[in-house]
Amino acid sequence: MTDSKYFTTTKKGEIFELKAELNSDKKEKKKEAVKKVIASMTVGKDVSALFPDVVNCMQTDNLELKKLVYLYLMNYAKSQPDMAIMAVNTFVKDCEDPNPLIRALAVRTMGCIRVDKITEYLCEPLRKCLKDEDPYVRKTAAVCVAKLHDINAQLVEDQGFLDTLKDLISDSNPMVVANAVAALSEIAESHPNSNLLDLNPQTINKLLTALNECTEWGQIFILDCLANYMPCDDRESQSICERVTPRLSHANSAVVLSAVKVLMKFMEMLPKDLDYYGTLLKKLAPPLVTLLSAEAELQYVALRNINLIVQKRPEILKHEMKVFFVKYNDPIYVKLEKLDIMIRLASQANIAQVLAELKEYATEVDVDFVRKAVRAIGRCAIKVEQSAERCVSTLLDLIQTKVNYVVQEAIVVIKDIFRKYPNKYESVIATLCENLDSLDEPEARAAMIWIVGEYAERIDNADELLESFLEGFHDESAQVQLQLLTAIVKLFLKKPTETQELVQQVLSLATQDSDNPDLRDRGYIYWRLLSTDPVAAKEVVLAEKPLISEETDLIEPTLLEELICHIGTLASVYHKPPSAFVEGSRGVQHKRLPARAVITLVKRTGLSGSNMGAGLGVAPAAMPASLGGAPAVGGGLGDLFDLGGGVGMPTGSYVAPKTVWLLAIKAKGLEISGTFARRGGIIQMDLSLTNKAMSVMTDFAVQFNRNSFGLAPAGPMQVLTPLSPNQTIDVSLPLSMSGPVMKMEPLNNLQVAVKNNIDVFYFSCQYPLSLLFVEDGRFYRQVFLATWKDIPNDSEAQFQIKDIHLNSDVASNKLQGSNIFTIAKRTVEGQDMLYQSIKLTNGIWVLAEMRIQTGNPNYTCTVPRIVYASLLHSQ
Amino acid sequence: MIGGLFIYNHKGEVLISRVYRDDIGRNAVDAFRVNVIHARQQVRSPVTNIARTSFFHVKRSNIWLAAVTKQNVNAAMVFEFLYKMCDVMTAYFGKISEENIKNNFVLIYELLDEILDFGYPQNSETGALKTFITQQGIKGQPQTKEEQSQITSQVTGQIGWRREGIKYRRNELFLDVLESVNLLMSPQGQVLSAHVSGRVMMKSYLSGMPECKFGMNDKIVIDKQGKGGTTDDPGKSGKQSIAIDDCTFHQCVRLSKFDSERSISFIPPDGEYELMRYRTTKDIILPFRVIPLVREVGRTKLEVKVVIKSNFKPSLLAQKIEVRIPTPLNTSGVQVICMKGKAKYKASENAIVWKIKRMAGMKESQISAEIELLPTNDKKKWARPPISMNFEVPFAPSGLKVRYLKVFESKLNYSDHDVIKWVRYIGRSGIYETRC
Repeated sequence: MTDSKYFTTTKKGEIFELKAELNSDKKEKKKEAVKKVIASMTVGKDVSALFPDVVNCMQTDNLELKKLVYLYLMNYAKSQPDMAIMAVNTFVKDCEDPNPLIRALAVRTMGCIRVDKITEYLCEPLRKCLKDEDPYVRKTAAVCVAKLHDINAQLVEDQGFLDTLKDLISDSNPMVVANAVAALSEIAESHPNSNLLDLNPQTINKLLTALNECTEWGQIFILDCLANYMPCDDRESQSICERVTPRLSHANSAVVLSAVKVLMKFMEMLPKDLDYYGTLLKKLAPPLVTLLSAEAELQYVALRNINLIVQKRPEILKHEMKVFFVKYNDPIYVKLEKLDIMIRLASQANIAQVLAELKEYATEVDVDFVRKAVRAIGRCAIKVEQSAERCVSTLLDLIQTKVNYVVQEAIVVIKDIFRKYPNKYESVIATLCENLDSLDEPEARAAMIWIVGEYAERIDNADELLESFLEGFHDESAQVQLQLLTAIVKLFLKKPTETQELVQQVLSLATQDSDNPDLRDRGYIYWRLLSTDPVAAKEVVLAEKPLISEETDLIEPTLLEELICHIGTLASVYHKPPSAFVEGSRGVQHKRLPARAVITLVKRTGLSGSNMGAGLGVAPAAMPASLGGAPAVGGGLGDLFDLGGGVGMPTGSYVAPKTVWLLAIKAKGLEISGTFARRGGIIQMDLSLTNKAMSVMTDFAVQFNRNSFGLAPAGPMQVLTPLSPNQTIDVSLPLSMSGPVMKMEPLNNLQVAVKNNIDVFYFSCQYPLSLLFVEDGRFYRQVFLATWKDIPNDSEAQFQIKDIHLNSDVASNKLQGSNIFTIAKRTVEGQDMLYQSIKLTNGIWVLAEMRIQTGNPNYTCTVPRIVYASLLHSQ
Repeated sequence: MIGGLFIYNHKGEVLISRVYRDDIGRNAVDAFRVNVIHARQQVRSPVTNIARTSFFHVKRSNIWLAAVTKQNVNAAMVFEFLYKMCDVMTAYFGKISEENIKNNFVLIYELLDEILDFGYPQNSETGALKTFITQQGIKGQPQTKEEQSQITSQVTGQIGWRREGIKYRRNELFLDVLESVNLLMSPQGQVLSAHVSGRVMMKSYLSGMPECKFGMNDKIVIDKQGKGGTTDDPGKSGKQSIAIDDCTFHQCVRLSKFDSERSISFIPPDGEYELMRYRTTKDIILPFRVIPLVREVGRTKLEVKVVIKSNFKPSLLAQKIEVRIPTPLNTSGVQVICMKGKAKYKASENAIVWKIKRMAGMKESQISAEIELLPTNDKKKWARPPISMNFEVPFAPSGLKVRYLKVFESKLNYSDHDVIKWVRYIGRSGIYETRC
């Protein structure tokens, strides 16, 4: 059989010839012709003109010919919808065929003919096939429902196919169950709010039974579906884990990874002191290691996932460093991922081995890999203090190789080592300076300039070195220019006498000749600082630098949680949430880990919890304001028309009145008062700027210092017109939570710098913590109680809120306006107990209990104090 | 789920294109060709995202298989499926080549229709598929009702990998324990890392639906039995058993039974398949020890002496032994003297390759070489890559022993004793390196 002949291109008039052959009386000739048509279709030729002729061949008892015609139909039906109707009859007839293979073929194919007109005719045959006596037909029909739903969702709902599909979960045949689960999962994804996959302990039990019996693919569908379930307590969670663990020995890596996903997720709910918890942790390591002996592509998927797992639970693989050592023949994508994981697992115990390996890698061929290896050595130095010295000497060895990119990469990481261990390794500066000329990448140049500026007092010819960079100032990249500016200012502050000219030169280059606003602004700031108050300048420019963190490239915790819920999938390979690469409504739901994780967070941050209290203690007194409007739960018609938000977004959360933050006398006539507000999920800083000076103010800009929750301006401050004397202007500045994080004292302190054409001014203010309560802060009701009991007493705070004349419902509504959600309520001996939850923007959950005695204006509240007080008082 | 599946030749011409989902258009076919096949550079990732479409690809000789999707699919599953697809095609028509694919394109479309429905992988066991999809087109048309329902129940059933009614005149099975032993050793003879990855391959020619039970000297099982009251000396049984770090099984093995009782029971597929894979790291028998001695004589000469010692029973023979000694890039000439086998300097590979056909256990052999170097001003020092070794030995370096493989078939009249069983152990070198 040499079908390859169909691929050879024939001359013109091909279509015409094919037409004749298709209408031939001879069966064999017909079949040949259809094969030719399919071959042309494959290579991309348009053979849609043959549609009627091909469809004519459909009425045949030759199964092979029929399959070929179906293949053609699936491809072209959409372009010829009217003709496609011709096929309907045959499908309907085939669905009654005594042979189950033909029934299934018909139901499978008709789902693939994506023509709206046809779908209606297909409902009856599909209904029959869903209840067919043969499991092969039922399993095919189950998938067909998903196909039909993709074409016409309404039709599927109206016809009640979804209920039939749900019934199939209890089918006796494991493959039918698996396909039904797959179809339901997909349909449920596009209906985020529907209760389609109503998972309850009974269905879960059915799924777990089918899990043992179905094909490897079916096991994957079922495990992926299980991962969406939220067990009601830790016992259920443990029993599911016990039944899923055997899957870890499956030969199919996807089954293993999906099982790992389920376990990683449900583990969150197990108490850590449970013996089983430890057993489970131990069981997870070997299968993950085994994944590394799979084919390269799967290794890559596994490594990307292990990277997440290591960040979430480093204890699982901490003893398995060696398996991540790079093999000479690994493809480059595997090598790079292994290196990443090696760094994450590096610790004092294994650092010697790791360093030896990294040194080997630094002599390999692939440039990216070598660079990453060099960078890894630097990261080891920062992570494991004991190894720093060896790392530095290794890096020096590498610099001696004079391989250009190795040298540059080494200099970049040495800069970080200097930052981490100041005054320890400066003896190597001389060696670094020797390589000055070979640096041609901006990052390396910037790093070298930083080093020269930082240690200007120890480098005799620092001024000459920096001056040499200055010559080509305009050709440098922005990164280098900024660094050069700062370095020369540092140099000037350290050796003012010799470098006056140099600093003048760089300041004028930066402020007058540059188009880059960042550079210009920085230039001006330095210039003014230096000219007004050199002492202050020294304090600012030569200030002690904050420590750099040990771990880099860590995935932000909420994203990490979400990605853990997506283990094995593309999201885990890209390290991006599905919404970042999937179009439409699918996958936009954010998945979350179950609650226990949260609790451990609260426990661990017990300290910061009390800080929260202490820090905010001041706040309530200063906020005697009013709660804006009516409590805005389900805010009427407005919400119904709000297409974006399915969740009734409270629009009227509590906003404190503006207070004065910056006095005019301290800021050359600029007075700033302001407040914070949360509107529709967006945090805003409302500012009133008043000009109390005699001259016009322009060029406003604002910047925040690092703060506890990473607040940062989401855009520039919009002050469009110049501010004339005695004029006041109101500005609303949207804030994002993506800024750098540093713990502040008190926790909610925010340091702000405002610049205008006159000067830069600094002030600090405090934001209400309620600003950070997010809209999806409703805790899982089932786990609330168990969780509540687990919080140790010492991380609890109790206090009273006085003089509140609200009943519990009004109070609860009011608090909901500020994203404090009442999860449960009970009445005991005339006291109303409200159980509430709050979620902060950084993922920390706070649980609270509020006791309200009817007639008593004082509330007793357990855990977090202030917030409540200020919100309830604001009547 | 998978939105489409394409097969290309090395030039990027489409040989097979099957689209399952509406969101994948014809332009996806071209996007992959332009961005990956024609990119003519090293593949930096097996998953590529082009214009919000994700492409998963694997390559078999010079044929590209690509699965395409726009959704957040299970990535591990897609790759497993692509490998499975290759297995299925190989089982039907042998080597995956352009010629074979073109010759069988109708069959491939038929298979793709069957094993991937709307992008969801379905039963892909060749044993089951071959009951109703054959290379000669559809099997004999007039099937009886019984035959039909037998096919469908097998495809969807619990034992999708085996069909009923298999008959052999002689019931026979072959077990191959294939191990690859990996080593990284320091010049001083210290083991830096060593592990064995092994596979148990089985060829079964058994009638009916036999129930099998496989037993090996797994430490956990042996220890459990020891506790059960046998009088075996614990020290002795400890030596004879091995600690398995991890193992995975073919889908025919009942995993829950393994998890609870650690017994391996299954109904085997017909013909050849991989029953299990395992990994061990403890008490590995290293068949060879390599002792390197490198001396730099001045700047233009190196003296290398390498001794290999075989470390197993003298009655056994190792085969296909090859020692690869790397030489610096600026080597100008090499003189070699070896006691056994043949040694050659291969300039193109920058190595001295020393081959010995056979070597018995507890023997040693030696090679010495003088390497002359060209003077260079290259400051980068020679990195001294490790000396690597290849060999094949007739035992399992992990110490694994098959204790039994019992066959039960209650319906047919043959018993465990009637089955002819063959067991073979082969140990091969994986990455077996000694630094020098």
